[in-house]
Amino acid sequence: MKGNEALAEAAMRAGCKCFFGYPITPQTELAAYMAKRMQKNGGVFLQAESEIAAINMVLGAASTGVRAMTSSSSPGISLKSEGISYLAGSDLPCVIINVERGGPGLGGIQPSQADYWQATKGLGHGDFHLLVYAPASVQEMVDMVVKAFDKADEYRMPALILADGLLGQMMEPVAFPEIKAEMPDKSSWATNGHKNKREHHIINSLYLTPDELEKTVLDRYERYAVIKENETDAETYLTEDADIVVCAFGATARVVKSAVNDARDQGIKVGMFRPKTLWPYPNKEIKKACENASKVLSVEMNMGQMVDDIKLALNCEKPVEFFGRTGGVIPTPAEVLAKIKAMGGNN
Amino acid sequence: MNYNILLAGFGGQGVLFAGKLLAYCALMENKEISWLPSYGPEMRGGTCNCSVCISNEPIGSPLVTEPNVFVALNQPSFDKFIGKVKAGGKAFVDSTLVETKSDRTDIDCYYVPATQLETENDLPKGANIILLGKVLQETGMFNDETVRKALEKIVPATKAWLIENNLKAIGIGRAQ
Repeated sequence: MKGNEALAEAAMRAGCKCFFGYPITPQTELAAYMAKRMQKNGGVFLQAESEIAAINMVLGAASTGVRAMTSSSSPGISLKSEGISYLAGSDLPCVIINVERGGPGLGGIQPSQADYWQATKGLGHGDFHLLVYAPASVQEMVDMVVKAFDKADEYRMPALILADGLLGQMMEPVAFPEIKAEMPDKSSWATNGHKNKREHHIINSLYLTPDELEKTVLDRYERYAVIKENETDAETYLTEDADIVVCAFGATARVVKSAVNDARDQGIKVGMFRPKTLWPYPNKEIKKACENASKVLSVEMNMGQMVDDIKLALNCEKPVEFFGRTGGVIPTPAEVLAKIKAMGGNN
Repeated sequence: MNYNILLAGFGGQGVLFAGKLLAYCALMENKEISWLPSYGPEMRGGTCNCSVCISNEPIGSPLVTEPNVFVALNQPSFDKFIGKVKAGGKAFVDSTLVETKSDRTDIDCYYVPATQLETENDLPKGANIILLGKVLQETGMFNDETVRKALEKIVPATKAWLIENNLKAIGIGRAQ
């Protein structure tokens, strides 16, 4: 199954009842799959008149407590950023999928990871974070969408799946989870109609009194602290005896893994660290993975974005180098191997 | 088993379908697989390619840059990729549409007039599968029983007659 279709199927199995989107390559198969199946699943599929309309429809649907999502690719996500900030400010759970393509501007339509900063640092105005998951296979896309819905509900905040055109377009075998029968209880805040039988709920992100607004942000940051403590996730591969640890996320990690295997065949002691959550960043995990390494390399499909988070996590105690291709160019295992050798990767 | 396969040709020649058939064959035999199309402003008549990785181990990079099995269905694809085939690899070329031959001695090249055979045997749009038959024959990748199972998965029930047509095309390719 194609990555984009797997994302859609997994979302429906996770209990997503509302999808609002606007077409853009390379994520269109996701919306097309939803268009075919969502109604049969008793849900709503709607192709909005624009990305901005779509994200605001997500806000409306999420306010009523149903599981809602939207998907797009880089330029479309930028358009949605205003609504995403409102969702975060209103403490509303939802899932957003970004199947990244090259940028800036309209950019290109080939795979890219140039939206790392946007996803992890500032997808909209204001003090807030999203849960950000970075799948590296079609199976992981499935697993992470299900997890994203659960965690978004648990912490009442939007979750983002940061994928790219390569993952969206590729086909791999997948296994799907059973359809979720029970949904979390949102009756304490959802605005779902009550015929005057309870106090009415308010979903809002406007607070004109600074003290009041500050309190809502501080409350949110208390939750973020819990998330940072409990929700990090990462994969390590052959890092125990590695002299060089290569860090990569998403599709790039596939390329890096091939390069690491090639390097090991040549006797070079190198391993891989792959964050599965980009926010919260797995600081503890990367520190441990790089314990015995003398050098660290970050490989990304951009001009060097995650490399900053690695330096912060390691407190700049080890040299961290960068290799990347951008604009839709996918690095090859041979290029990564050459970089490893240039860094003096030895036995 | 460790195949990094690159199939390339014009849009409309069935490059993606041929790749999908190989991927499903691998799925029938519980192998690790990935299938990655070139996507973009491709259209009928434009160039098109797809990467298929088949292995006993989990697939690393799904993008094939140095194929050990290369299938060329047109001249531009042949010119673009023949130099990238890994030493010791195999190249399969539709010699009806590709006029030149490779001068590489470190790879095995098989020239099959697939498009001509398609016309002679009344198998419209079958050149891709005829060439695939030759691939299966020379690599020993999958037997016809696996191919039949895979075809039954990907050919819709309303077009069941295509299964026999495709198997016939495979047979013609194998005999070349």
